[in-house]
Amino acid sequence: MTQQITENWVKPYGDTMNDGRVQLSFTLPVALDENAKEAARQLALEMGLDEPAVVHAEDMGQGFSFYVLYGQCKHRVDLSRIKVAKPEFETLDKDAINALIAEKMGRKMVVLGACIETDAHTVGIDAIMNMKGYNGHKGLESYHEVRAINMGAQVDSEDLVARAIEEQADVILVSQVVTQKNIHLDNLTRLSDLLEAEGIRDRVILVVGGPRISHELAKELGYDAGFGTKSYAEDVASFAIHEWTKRHAA
Amino acid sequence: MTQLNLDQGQIDRARESARRIAHRVFDDMSQYTTTTVERATLRLMGVDGVDDNQIPLPNRLVAHLQEQKLLQHGAAAIVAGAMDEYGLSAQQVAEAVAAGKLVLGRPKNDKAARQSAEAIAAKMCEHIATQRTVRAQQIEKVGEARTPWLYLIVATGNIYEDIVQARAAAEQGADIVAVIRSTGQSLLDYVPYGATTEGFGGTYATQENFRLMRAALDEVGAKIGRYIRLTNYCSGLCMPEIAAMGAMERLDMMLNDSMYGIIFRDINMKRTFIDQFFSRMVNAYAGIIINTGEDNYLTTADAFDAAHTVLASQLINEQFAWISGLKPDQMGLGHAFEINPDLENGFLWEVAHAQLVRQVFPEACLKYMPPTKHMTGNIFKGHVQDALFNVVSTLTGQNIHLLGMMTEAIHTPFIQDRFLAIQNAKYVFGTMRDLHEEVEFRAGGRIESRAQQVLAETVGILGEIEKIGLPAAIGRGTFADISRTMDGGKGLDGVIAKSPDYYNPFPDLMLAGAN
Repeated sequence: MTQQITENWVKPYGDTMNDGRVQLSFTLPVALDENAKEAARQLALEMGLDEPAVVHAEDMGQGFSFYVLYGQCKHRVDLSRIKVAKPEFETLDKDAINALIAEKMGRKMVVLGACIETDAHTVGIDAIMNMKGYNGHKGLESYHEVRAINMGAQVDSEDLVARAIEEQADVILVSQVVTQKNIHLDNLTRLSDLLEAEGIRDRVILVVGGPRISHELAKELGYDAGFGTKSYAEDVASFAIHEWTKRHAA
Repeated sequence: MTQLNLDQGQIDRARESARRIAHRVFDDMSQYTTTTVERATLRLMGVDGVDDNQIPLPNRLVAHLQEQKLLQHGAAAIVAGAMDEYGLSAQQVAEAVAAGKLVLGRPKNDKAARQSAEAIAAKMCEHIATQRTVRAQQIEKVGEARTPWLYLIVATGNIYEDIVQARAAAEQGADIVAVIRSTGQSLLDYVPYGATTEGFGGTYATQENFRLMRAALDEVGAKIGRYIRLTNYCSGLCMPEIAAMGAMERLDMMLNDSMYGIIFRDINMKRTFIDQFFSRMVNAYAGIIINTGEDNYLTTADAFDAAHTVLASQLINEQFAWISGLKPDQMGLGHAFEINPDLENGFLWEVAHAQLVRQVFPEACLKYMPPTKHMTGNIFKGHVQDALFNVVSTLTGQNIHLLGMMTEAIHTPFIQDRFLAIQNAKYVFGTMRDLHEEVEFRAGGRIESRAQQVLAETVGILGEIEKIGLPAAIGRGTFADISRTMDGGKGLDGVIAKSPDYYNPFPDLMLAGAN
């Protein structure tokens, strides 16, 4: 017997339900002329926009031109069929997290953080790890039941793994900000391979964060969780203690 | 614009503190050289190229001198001695050593070797002086933009693609093009060689890449009637070598901070202090404008709470710059528009900070950095944040204006991101051109009081730093909330105590001949 799902179709809204109005802008690597403008319009048609209009076109010099377009999106999607992977846990506040760690683990949780390989951008890892935190959300250093070790930027995966063994880390938190040419995928895969090779992959909770990171991507790469923008220390810590408890339930 | 009413006595006290802080560090560090200072010296004597394993010959030669326990005497006289003895060029000496055909020793005639080294160094100084003249002539001939100069970054990883983007940017209105380096280059203890087409988040700084971009910008500058300044990154483990390469290839600006590497790249303190002195000396002689990195403090520390650390660091950077022979118009002291947009009256505090810096350093070539920390995926809001930044820059008379990108939080800029950023800045600069002459700060008002408060805090913090010394202050996390120690960090193994007979021909020639 098939389950009845109520369909819930959705498409962009401009000023009237289901008008499908969207805006887009792009550059073409050709100088501006009427043909180039028509090419921009036809591209929008190919993208699935009805009645595309080039509302702005400008020459940029050196054989480039810039376009702003509006059009009506032909497509729609059924919201009722969408299921996005996300880590399933409840985000607790700092006190509750501390209490839970004390109750379940009976010792401090060791969290090791780093920006690995060539990545030099510590804004993300600092926001989660450092005392001060970010946007009024204190970092893990301020949690008295967490031993937070921030190794900083450009940490070799080997060094991170060695430190994880030395400190008996419960959680490894990796930040990747630079994603040009998908370098973050290589870096993240390398780390998880190293953890496998050292035989400690199952012993640690492996988490990745960064502006271009989703939980879905993290799972694909063999990580336990991924956190994108608008994630704070309490999100990461809540996941970590939830996951630890789940693993040690047996 | 009328000036903020500031206590000149406080400014003088802060500057005097900074002077003593910097001189104490300089005196302590004068007894050391580093591997990269010696490699830079060799590059300036004409050593270039790589061996079969892509290891630069300056590295091979310095490693050889270390093995022979000679580096503490300074590479210059030893190599010059070998040149005299065997009738070789510096390059040929390096090649022979790399091939294992030559083992270097102390010169037979030390005095003659020093004279030879000095003659070679003088010739290089002449070349660099000529490059300065060429720059001045070009500016005279094609003209230059009025300030704030629009500073724009290219970062494709491929120097040839960078050139396409840089030319487009110049044509759209950029006055300065910075080729950002591949992520991680700052931690390489060598400088890669040749034209490069692969990089991550940027393009490798190599002498050939410098040359290619210089030629392209000269060409486009002549076409559009505006000299386009070229910028690179004189930071990391090879500061002095990058400075040497930039001086030879006529770069116009270098990111070159006295403490950035220590704080943000965990490079050893001694190494950085020694390297910054030599690299700044080369930059000073080459007429290059340095850019300091105080803006970075505000990406980790809070821009409102830590405003005084920016001013304190600028004053210290200024003193280190003086020691290396830089003049005020070569001092691109850095600061940034990074206050949380949610803070009520945040714009007023940005004006206060920017105007304070302007008044404390009236002759400096100030570098003003756009919002980054509080930029989000909302590019529309980001464009507004950048517009407000542009307003402060023109209102307070900044000199080097790094263009804010609405896609800052998303990706390295697309070509249209730069295009729109330039339009934004030009619009604001044009429509508000003389606004600063029409408005006054209210005496005792919010902006003035805020500036006075930051100045007073700066005097206080510099007094504390002076008491304990700069290394200890960095150890306490004074800057950017990051703590570093004297013996921690990368590159300490490249710090070498000079022997009493240490010789390097460049300081005498360059410090005397800076403009």
